[in-house]
Amino acid sequence: MTIINSHLEQKPVPEEEKVKLISIDTAKGKQKDDLSAKNKTKEVKVKVNNFSFYYGDKQALQNINMEITTNEVTALIGPSGCGKTTFLRTINRMNDLIPGTRVEGEVIVSGQNIYQPAVDVVELRRKVGLVFQQPNPFPKSIYENVAYGPKIHGKRKKEVLDEIVEESLKQAALWDEVKDRLKESGLSLSGGQQQRLCIARVLAVKPEIILMDEPTSALDPVATQRIEDLIRELSADYTIIIVTHNMQQAARISDFTAFFLLGELVECGRTAQIFTRPGDTRTEEYITGRFG
Amino acid sequence: MRVTEILKQGKIISGKRRRDWRQEVAFFCLRISMLLVFLILLMILFDITQKGFGVISWSFLTEAPRSGMKEGGIYPAIVGTFYVTLIATFFAVPLGIMAAIYLNEYALQGRLNRLIRISLRNMAGVPSIVFGLFGVALFVQLMGFKPSLLAAGLTLGLLTLPVTVTAAEEALKAVPKSYREGGLALGATQWQMIKTLVLPSAIPGMLTGVILGLSRAAGETAPILFTGAAFFLPYLPNSPFSQFMALPYHLFILATQHHDISGVRPLAYGTAFVLLVLVFLLNLSAVLLRYRYRKKIKQA
Repeated sequence: MTIINSHLEQKPVPEEEKVKLISIDTAKGKQKDDLSAKNKTKEVKVKVNNFSFYYGDKQALQNINMEITTNEVTALIGPSGCGKTTFLRTINRMNDLIPGTRVEGEVIVSGQNIYQPAVDVVELRRKVGLVFQQPNPFPKSIYENVAYGPKIHGKRKKEVLDEIVEESLKQAALWDEVKDRLKESGLSLSGGQQQRLCIARVLAVKPEIILMDEPTSALDPVATQRIEDLIRELSADYTIIIVTHNMQQAARISDFTAFFLLGELVECGRTAQIFTRPGDTRTEEYITGRFG
Repeated sequence: MRVTEILKQGKIISGKRRRDWRQEVAFFCLRISMLLVFLILLMILFDITQKGFGVISWSFLTEAPRSGMKEGGIYPAIVGTFYVTLIATFFAVPLGIMAAIYLNEYALQGRLNRLIRISLRNMAGVPSIVFGLFGVALFVQLMGFKPSLLAAGLTLGLLTLPVTVTAAEEALKAVPKSYREGGLALGATQWQMIKTLVLPSAIPGMLTGVILGLSRAAGETAPILFTGAAFFLPYLPNSPFSQFMALPYHLFILATQHHDISGVRPLAYGTAFVLLVLVFLLNLSAVLLRYRYRKKIKQA
């Protein structure tokens, strides 16, 4: 049984065992066969090896080891300042924008270590989209917002762009609401619509992975539910990693849950298991609301 | 602390009254300051308009000075000021904006960057006569432009550079971080992000700052004094290397250097009025440009 509890991982785990994937060492290991059966059909999309992250002298992530599978929703939970957003942003190297940061270890996306010097960050970010906490449509029309990505990646033909815009907006469940007002400003939409527009904008560049940084924290319950439904739908085609403060949300929408605390990955496993039989007392305490 | 104390006292009889009294005094001082500023401005405008407007005529605007500048108009000075401002614009605006983009978007935000910024801010405070002397040394002598439109225009451009860079930088800083991050997260290169997201949002602010800087430059006398402005020319400049007449310098001459100062006083006021209108038009265009651009962005 693989241990992803980085703090427990004193001795190196054999490589073939690691690849098997995320589950928890629950001592009983009842679901072992179950899980490995499922894992055979799913490939590892993101693999994180001994990854540490520093803001200047301050260490924000400590020796993270984790694997994330294709076409699943992985939720990152933990109290504020635990490093989950930092971790999310390392996957498309958005942390590069902050001066004085430093990384150790590897983050392997689709077989390539993205922290190698030769990596094309622009191409990486096209493959790994990010949806922000605050909806941030550009001050352009709805159409131009969605067409922005394809345009900067060299698509110029109107018919092609029209098609991408329509398809992306349909995927983001926004098409019916905006199809008659594509020329209006993206800022004229409501908060929930804006967030779906931002998701459509990400979908338009055809990413493989979609990162979401508390995408519903600025939205009302109705808008939140629409986004959650959308995330479930999208997980059929995309690998989704979502940071959330809302434990119910993690339980509702994710297949896997990773619990971060003070820059460590305490535990990562199937959501059902994490929420019913967590392997670590700290996870249990957090989930049951004793702290955080 | 203070507020809560006052609020507590407000419940007692005298407390509330005292708060009102203090507020009244504060409001009174603020209001008087505002009125004073407005009044001074109004007085300048009124004085110049009253004494200058009567001189304005078609011939005043379209003819060259005659009879030792006692008669005729100020046409060459208007044209000269127009040209010299134009040269300053073409020199300072692209250079300043590009430098600001580099400083704000690309350069490492370290000690060197801070030093450059501080120097720029300080450059804005350098007296214009110093710019004039520097212009003589660099453009007139070293680069061999002679006293000319080009030398004076470039000197004025230098003068506006700190203002241009600072205004452009402020406009860039005002662009929300979320636009930049949103663009980069979609796989835009930094230049694509700047070109498509940052600049469109920053341009109205940049333009306003730049035009305000230029309108200031158009009225400067000291920088053009040694670099190309002529006391009197009966013809218009016909190349960038010609000398020229300019409104502020012409005004300076009429007001202080002429042999019959009191005789040409009305002409001086007329010149001042034209200069004022010119600067006002420039500033108005800045406001209109900004307004139009904002509207366009809102609609887009």
